[in-house]
Amino acid sequence: MNEAAFRKDGAWVGASVPRREDPRLLAGRGRFVDDITLPGMLHAQFVRSTEAHAEIRSVDLAEVRAVPGVVAAFDAADLDLRDITALLDRPAAEFVPTAMPVLARDRVRYVGEPVAIVVARDPYAAEDGLEAAVVEYAPLEPVVSDTAALAPGAPLVHAEAAANTLVDVSMFATEGIEETFAEAHTVVRVQTRTGRQNALPLETRGVVADWDDRDEQLRVQTCSQVPHQVRTVLARCVGLDEKRVRVTVPDMGGGFGQKCVVGREEIAAAAAALRLRRPVKWIEDRRDALTASFLAREQRYDVRAAFSADGEILGIDADVVCDMGAYSCYPFTAGIEPLMASAEMPSVYTVPAYRVRARAVTTNKAPTAPYRGVSRPQYVMVVERLFEKAARALGLDAVELRRRNLITTFPYTGVNAVTYDPGSYLESLDLCEATLREEGWFDRRAEPGRVVGIGFACFSERTGYGSGAFAQRRMAVVPGFDLSQITMDLDGTVAVTTGTLSHGQSHETTMAQIVADRLGLPYERVKIVQGDTDRITYGWGSFASRSITIGGSAVAAASVKLGERLREIAAHLLGTDLDSTALDGDGGVRAGDRRLSYAELADVAYLRSHLLPKGLDPGLSATASFDVDGDGTFSNATHGVVVELDPGTGGVRILRYVCVEDCGVAIHPQVVEGQARGGIAQGIAGALFEQVTYDEAGQPQAPSFMEYKVPTAAEIPDVRIEHLETPCAFTESGAKGAGEGGTIGAPAAVLNAVNDALRHTGTELDDTPIPRESIFRALEVGR
Amino acid sequence: MKPAAFSYHRAHSVAGAVGLLTELGEDAKVIAGGQSLVAMMNFRLARPEHLIDITHVDGLSGIRRDGAALHLGALVTHRAVERADLGPEFRVLSEAMAWVGHLPIRTRGTVGGSIAHSDATAEWCLLAVLLDARIVAEGPAGRREIAAGEFFLGPYTTALEPDELIVEIVFPRPAPRAALTEYADRKGDFAIVAAAVDLDAPGGPRVVLGGVAPTPVSVAPRTGAGSRSPGEIVAAAVEVRDEPGISAHYRRGLVRTLVDRAWAEAAAR
Repeated sequence: MNEAAFRKDGAWVGASVPRREDPRLLAGRGRFVDDITLPGMLHAQFVRSTEAHAEIRSVDLAEVRAVPGVVAAFDAADLDLRDITALLDRPAAEFVPTAMPVLARDRVRYVGEPVAIVVARDPYAAEDGLEAAVVEYAPLEPVVSDTAALAPGAPLVHAEAAANTLVDVSMFATEGIEETFAEAHTVVRVQTRTGRQNALPLETRGVVADWDDRDEQLRVQTCSQVPHQVRTVLARCVGLDEKRVRVTVPDMGGGFGQKCVVGREEIAAAAAALRLRRPVKWIEDRRDALTASFLAREQRYDVRAAFSADGEILGIDADVVCDMGAYSCYPFTAGIEPLMASAEMPSVYTVPAYRVRARAVTTNKAPTAPYRGVSRPQYVMVVERLFEKAARALGLDAVELRRRNLITTFPYTGVNAVTYDPGSYLESLDLCEATLREEGWFDRRAEPGRVVGIGFACFSERTGYGSGAFAQRRMAVVPGFDLSQITMDLDGTVAVTTGTLSHGQSHETTMAQIVADRLGLPYERVKIVQGDTDRITYGWGSFASRSITIGGSAVAAASVKLGERLREIAAHLLGTDLDSTALDGDGGVRAGDRRLSYAELADVAYLRSHLLPKGLDPGLSATASFDVDGDGTFSNATHGVVVELDPGTGGVRILRYVCVEDCGVAIHPQVVEGQARGGIAQGIAGALFEQVTYDEAGQPQAPSFMEYKVPTAAEIPDVRIEHLETPCAFTESGAKGAGEGGTIGAPAAVLNAVNDALRHTGTELDDTPIPRESIFRALEVGR
Repeated sequence: MKPAAFSYHRAHSVAGAVGLLTELGEDAKVIAGGQSLVAMMNFRLARPEHLIDITHVDGLSGIRRDGAALHLGALVTHRAVERADLGPEFRVLSEAMAWVGHLPIRTRGTVGGSIAHSDATAEWCLLAVLLDARIVAEGPAGRREIAAGEFFLGPYTTALEPDELIVEIVFPRPAPRAALTEYADRKGDFAIVAAAVDLDAPGGPRVVLGGVAPTPVSVAPRTGAGSRSPGEIVAAAVEVRDEPGISAHYRRGLVRTLVDRAWAEAAAR
């Protein structure tokens, strides 16, 4: 039986088997960072800047050290750590590198910036210590919006970044685009601003670090999506060899991108542990998580689209400004959002002409990190609004207008030089609309006396960016490949490493399913090893929906390689040739009517290696890697939303949500649906609820869940999910990524639905989160 | 978000609690459900040196009818009121509890605690003013009753003396035609505007608003001849504030909507 046959007939891939993680998580027996207690462990908290922009005149920690229970306090000078600097491989006109010190030195650039670390015998004493710190600031004028940042003569957040601009790229400008717009029948324009958000993992950031004298190693257990990158940065910051640093990741309660960058606090806490030779724990509290963690999403778009009289899109002309906050994050830099928006904005449509300028500006607000979707929730919202506006201007149905412009022949190479692999763009739109129609929502929309609207969003998302795609973005640190090692033990069970790691995505289950099919083992007999820099050669962690596409493919390739090795040994022992052997799908190798179980083969490989074929190494392990060749694979979906507005309050109620998604072969459909539901909730949050706000002085105004309005179960509707399956041709299991789609489609669909409900008022609302007062006022006029 | 150090005291009787309050003075705070105080302590916005836990005091958890009146012990939880069958006379209290935070908050939070906290949008503060409740407090000099209309002095400020403990809230008269409703973007949030209506209040229908002023605002709209709705009349009569994100115009509109809705609900009874 060859590999292809397993793929087709696999019993495991495609089945929603019980999650391997559930027994411990549901019983409260998981191990998260805050569950870790080490003997003699100390607790850290950070003295944080109270100023948005200021020079630090002095830091006096003498009183802090005198507080009962405080063991130590360090400022930047005390720890003397190397700065963290993220780089792009781009010329100075396009990218300005800026250093992020681990603890602020000389200058603070946002309220909440860590200035000193206080280490105490318990978290209470640590907070007592914070109150005793005396930091003298000389305030500077703060820059608190992207428009203020770009204003002539604005104060500079980083002296080296003129006009407060860290990234300024104009990646595409189709020749003749001016004429296209000048001659077009209809030109529509969207000007929008999306609110600053917090990715808000349920588990805040945290770390436990200690120095181990026996291993001469700094052991860091941290809540990160990218342990190897944390190791590299930490080793450089403190001046240790990489092998003297071991980063492991226990269970994680979400990351969503906020934890796919290296945090200053995890470095500082580990450096303090190294200095003190005692275990140090830092757990980010919710106030710090809301105000001083990595934030996301705040962008401004000014985009025009040209259409012909019969509704053919002729071009997109875009200007994008991303408010990245005070620092460039490692390893992605402040370029992550403008580069994503630039590269992918033409979306799922056949756009013949495209021009874009995208900038990242720096402001005196907490820095940003990638957040689930990265620019795609915004540009999809913009493009979908453009189609709605064009449909109105042209007197066409907006769904019909989309149909006329969707990419339907694949592979399709767009004006953005990206090649899209096959998807179900048109089919998902048709099914989504038909579902809402069958359920009677278009009738409800027409009922007099009710303010009901229906909105759609079509999109695709590139998942599993390989090194080629990241190199195209010209990152200096180029993620992409994944590397897997599989080892079979004496009893015939296997352990497989993956350089990706689950922060809630069930890799222990889904990766095991992939291996189980390849080796004919029950998935319980497959152990997934993840999140450990000592046990995994190198990994890029989990982000950008890369785990199943790239990590899963590496795991599959390693499994196949091990299978070949098992057959090689079996052929030798059975005295036959390799081609006459096959894995039997039940934990053994067959040759004709003879069979050797994996345990029997392992017995030879380890305990009677003199019986192995000449030249074959003892033991049973195999290593394989995978990288995406070319532009990668695109998942796609259409979201359809029905909302009802309350004219008396401006309130919004989501009556129905339908998601028709296509992520190729779903390894575990229930996990895919969970990803979609959670993502949609975060997308709705962005469209209707969440916003990190600052006052004119740069003071954060949403330090608790009272002000930062994360929606609850009461606000999030049940979602009907329909699956289409266009298998990916080049991932090992046919899977495409499924981690981000929900978040990408929801803001556009919700915004379109609200605007559809307002269709009789003459008001259009394009900013998010949508203020209820704006809805109230729109409907008041129409009363 | 860890509180500053404090000393914990457990009271076993009202007299014991009052004794501790007298002894420890203004540095002491009473704690029951802790749903407001503990959050403020975690932010170190409140830093009491002493906490007096009254949850072990007997006799403060009763819900009792005495003739026309309803007596709620200070330790009665929102959830207990939500689940109690108070009859048509006081169903407004049970129904209003659905607006109080979320289930865990309602399960721990107490009527007395909410009244003592005096948040201008708290359901209990509105209901107390609406229904002429009397707040029964015990201090070193004994018990006294304070009319709800004179109890709430400002945000987080009441007529309670530092050495007094709320022991009971008395709702003196049935309110079969009363209702409370509110609006917030998110379920369980403090209301942007809350409106409570009692059509049978002495002297004519009464409206009490939360979210428009530092304390609950009571209005007796003169309805009748004109074509304006009660909500329109009340909205025109009250002063509302302008703040970033919520203009006076919007808040006034919410007053109009919510008063009309509460009014209609009460009238349908």
